[in-house]
Amino acid sequence: MFAYYLQLGLHSLKRNPLLTALMIFGIALGIGTSMTSLSVFYLMGSDPIPWKSDKLHAVQLDNWSKEEPYRPPNEPPDQVTYLEAKALMEAGKADLQAAMYKVVWPLQPDNAEIKPFSSLGRATFKDFFAMFEPPFKYGNAWDAAQDNEHARVTVLSSALNEKLFGGQDSTGKKVRLNEIEYTILGVLDKWQPRVKYYDLTNGAFNDAEEYYVPFTTAIELQTQGSGNNSCWESSKPGWDGYLASDCVWIQFWVQLNSQAREDEYMTFLNNYVNEQKKLGRFPRPLNNRLPDVNEWIEAQGVVSRDAQIQVGLSFAFLIVCLVNTIGLLLAKFMRKSSEIGLRRALGATRSQLFTQHLVEAGVIGISGGLIGLVLTWLGLMAVRALYADLNNVARLDWVMVLTAIGLSVAAAVLAGLFPTWKACRITPAVQLKTQ
Amino acid sequence: MLKMNHLSKVYRTHLIETHALRDFSIHVREGEFVAVTGPSGSGKTTFLNIAGLLEEFSGGEFWVDGVDVRGMNDDQRSRLRNEKIGFIFQGFNLIPDLNLFDNVDVPLRYRGFSAADRKRRIEETLSRVGLASRMKHYPAELSGGQQQRVAIARALAGSPRLLLADEPTGNLDSLMARGVMELLEEINRQGTTIIMVTHDPELAARAQRNVHVIDGQVTDFESEPQLRVPAAGNDANVAIA
Repeated sequence: MFAYYLQLGLHSLKRNPLLTALMIFGIALGIGTSMTSLSVFYLMGSDPIPWKSDKLHAVQLDNWSKEEPYRPPNEPPDQVTYLEAKALMEAGKADLQAAMYKVVWPLQPDNAEIKPFSSLGRATFKDFFAMFEPPFKYGNAWDAAQDNEHARVTVLSSALNEKLFGGQDSTGKKVRLNEIEYTILGVLDKWQPRVKYYDLTNGAFNDAEEYYVPFTTAIELQTQGSGNNSCWESSKPGWDGYLASDCVWIQFWVQLNSQAREDEYMTFLNNYVNEQKKLGRFPRPLNNRLPDVNEWIEAQGVVSRDAQIQVGLSFAFLIVCLVNTIGLLLAKFMRKSSEIGLRRALGATRSQLFTQHLVEAGVIGISGGLIGLVLTWLGLMAVRALYADLNNVARLDWVMVLTAIGLSVAAAVLAGLFPTWKACRITPAVQLKTQ
Repeated sequence: MLKMNHLSKVYRTHLIETHALRDFSIHVREGEFVAVTGPSGSGKTTFLNIAGLLEEFSGGEFWVDGVDVRGMNDDQRSRLRNEKIGFIFQGFNLIPDLNLFDNVDVPLRYRGFSAADRKRRIEETLSRVGLASRMKHYPAELSGGQQQRVAIARALAGSPRLLLADEPTGNLDSLMARGVMELLEEINRQGTTIIMVTHDPELAARAQRNVHVIDGQVTDFESEPQLRVPAAGNDANVAIA
């Protein structure tokens, strides 16, 4: 019977092309608007590394001022000091660990045709690659010895390798960063986390780095971070003074492969801070945290309140479109009341007619959904054009495509329920008499 | 085939009550061709609607083919209507944007016949009414008489045991009316019970039995109806309660 209902639904839609077009476009507009904002919202908040997001933890240590919290009501800083980064790396208590910070260096290509340019990099440790799993196209990362030796080595992004070496295997070649030559050990494949969760303080939706160098090398070269730096008291003068200060500017991530390892690491952090308290540091009560990736994204407000309101408004617009569709469907089904009466006289049960008309509403929904998807695609293109920082999240994925289709069918069926119910209440005798 | 005992139908509004049928009793036996006559507003169509299970009644008893209709829910009445009753309307009531094949197909779809069975039945009944060659035509491409023949084919396709006709020739000229009437007589000869509401005394006279309705009550009937001998050998006799 479903095939018959589908056939009748399509037939009925062809009967009133203008009315049908109005209904489909109404739903498409609602779906397009709501799915555009929902897609951005969904990708902003979705798990960027689902296979291990519960094992990766940001380290938060509350070294802030006694007088006030880093952020009300009692949030610890979202970065750590150099002193803590160094101590935690030397302790090596996690399964994997990496301190890191953002650097911007001028890059001087050997190719004279390419002018020197400012390029974004990340100073970090070898475990960064094992923890966040960027795919390698050529070569691999540096090792612990090169971390310890402050080696002049680097890993390039796919885009930078393309720019400098035309995409060829450049491992073993040199690249000049801020007047110093670095040996290329590896080249990444295309890698762009939707949310740059390992450094949310410097922009959740920024592009991934163009190169990676050892943290120890950047420190030895006295390279100041190009990201956020927060201090609650002035640091002593000079580079060493800065490194010894309570200013927070380094992101610190650990991988802990079990709950037991997480508990152990938290105990280690608490013991470390208690030891520091004896030295007169960490004046606030113990407030260390180890949020995993999703907790970190939520705590850092990656999905802004504005985005939530926008999704709410777009769904309100979808409801307006649905109300409009209810009115049009009601008019359409009431115009068909004589046919409905006739079908009842010819033996159709109310439930058969109900299903038939819901299928018709569903056909409108699917059509509206497909056009809505095109509008969503256009909407996301517009978002990308207007907001460059949302380039990575203003995209359609399969989940959203299926959600759009499902939502539009559900919306159309929902809109069709009342008109269908009303149509099926028609007394056949009355309709047949008025023929 | 159809039996009503002391049936009543009252339409109520908050101001008035209208008794469309009162103490209405009739017994139509299998194979009969009964004409129901009466002035406008006498209750003929109400009777036909109740007989076709399109309207509920207010009181009394009612059986269709031995099945007590009282207490049946809407779905049960729809199934009974679909299996046992065929309708022919004065206004043909064909669906304009379906071709003849698909129009005749409508009741068969709800009956759940297989595609092959439906096709066979549609072709057979359209052949029977002389329109097999116009299966893919639309109602608007046919004359009134041809449209009524399609409506008859639609009513017959499911092999109903009872055919209810509401002024089946009311919208036709006399030539076409005669053709439709001859077709109904032929159908009746093959064993289908027919109840036909009509204003036309000439048509009524061609039925085996006339029932006259005034003010919602049966006032007159032929006491000794003459049965046609059905082609299928049906020898049922007829009585009016």
